[in-house]
Amino acid sequence: MTRHKKHPAFWKTFAKPTWIALLTAVGLFAALLGDGAWDVLSWVGMAIPAWLSIKGLMVRRRV
Amino acid sequence: MKSQTIRRWSFIHTWSSLVCTLFLLMLAITGLPLVFHHEIEDLTGNAPALKEMPANTPRMDLQQLVKAAEAHRPGEVVQYFGWDEDEPNGMYAFMGKTAGGDPNDTHTFMLDARSGEAVETPSANGGFMNIMLRLHVDMYAGLPGKLLLAFMGLLFVLAIISGVVLYAPFMRRLDFATVRPNKSTRVRWLDLHNLIGVVTLTWAFVVGLTGVLNACADLVIAQWRNDSLAAMVAPYRDAPPLTERAPATDLLRIAQTTVPGSEPSFIAFPGSRFSSEHHYAVFIKGNTHLTSHLLTPVLIDAETLNVTAIVSSPWYMDALLLSQPLHFGDYGGMPMKILWGILDVLTIIVLGSGVYLWWVRRRAAATVNVPQAVEAA
Repeated sequence: MTRHKKHPAFWKTFAKPTWIALLTAVGLFAALLGDGAWDVLSWVGMAIPAWLSIKGLMVRRRV
Repeated sequence: MKSQTIRRWSFIHTWSSLVCTLFLLMLAITGLPLVFHHEIEDLTGNAPALKEMPANTPRMDLQQLVKAAEAHRPGEVVQYFGWDEDEPNGMYAFMGKTAGGDPNDTHTFMLDARSGEAVETPSANGGFMNIMLRLHVDMYAGLPGKLLLAFMGLLFVLAIISGVVLYAPFMRRLDFATVRPNKSTRVRWLDLHNLIGVVTLTWAFVVGLTGVLNACADLVIAQWRNDSLAAMVAPYRDAPPLTERAPATDLLRIAQTTVPGSEPSFIAFPGSRFSSEHHYAVFIKGNTHLTSHLLTPVLIDAETLNVTAIVSSPWYMDALLLSQPLHFGDYGGMPMKILWGILDVLTIIVLGSGVYLWWVRRRAAATVNVPQAVEAA
């Protein structure tokens, strides 16, 4: 992507958060469009932030 | 990013969050049982349970159900009848002293559409769930309470945006999702605040904004009454007050003849907030999965039972109706509700850790300015 080259620092920080934000948005709207596979898509979209957060909370302190 | 810029955004982030945090914590905590209100009502025996009857037991007509409702609550009038998605034999009745009375004084119960028997729904009228709902919606303060919460919701959105801006300098030297295990408690919570804050951003943003829209529902509905509804009932402006109301018996058939194949959501009775003084309004759902959340009222003259109009829905009414599932999390089955609950708890953690980080930094390093704090982190 050309934008990557223009703002490497920006995308280094924001590439993953942007993907997660977009996937959550797809998830939130998917279940409005239908049942079945659409519901599953919405669960996946919302499970990603939930899982990443819980994984972070599980990190034990090592001092 | 210049240190001056960081300091400005940090100021915005700190104060927009601190002002709204207590309210947001209250909203997140009261919202949690509300997400699971169906399940809680089932567990506590507050869900309406209709008697077992043979599968083909015929249902009463709408006017018979009006009579049954009036017999159950003498001296009150029916404001709305609402269909239940899960119980085809049940009909929700909403009654009050007058059709247009305060919605908080409305008594809600279920009618068995086959026998006309009234089945109480206690959690809709009082008790724990109702307290949660009132705290969440208006803190028992009516419209000013709703608008205050809407303002807090806007501050929350501002806190999210400024948080994203500050994410850049804080994460400059760190990989995504880093939680440093060998640093202080403060650093650990700073990392968690950044991580959980940034990954739950879309959800918090959508639930926050749809909450603001819902908090403004009274204004949206008032606008709809003055605009769309008023235009349709203009010929009735000087009509004498309704004295003899035609029976409700055929309302559904009339609406479904006007819009073939339509599914009803609820009926607003004459004089209620969702109809005029001279009409029944049958609200029908859209016929696709997406538009099933949108409602179109068929206005039926309450004296002649002629269809006056199908009121087209203005964009702001559609926006309000579509924002409701996105705020309630009730449109994707049980897994969605559980995820909604988890994301709600994660939001509580982001709010709490935010206050903690502010407090620790204020206490420990009153003289350290923000760019230095960023370097140190």
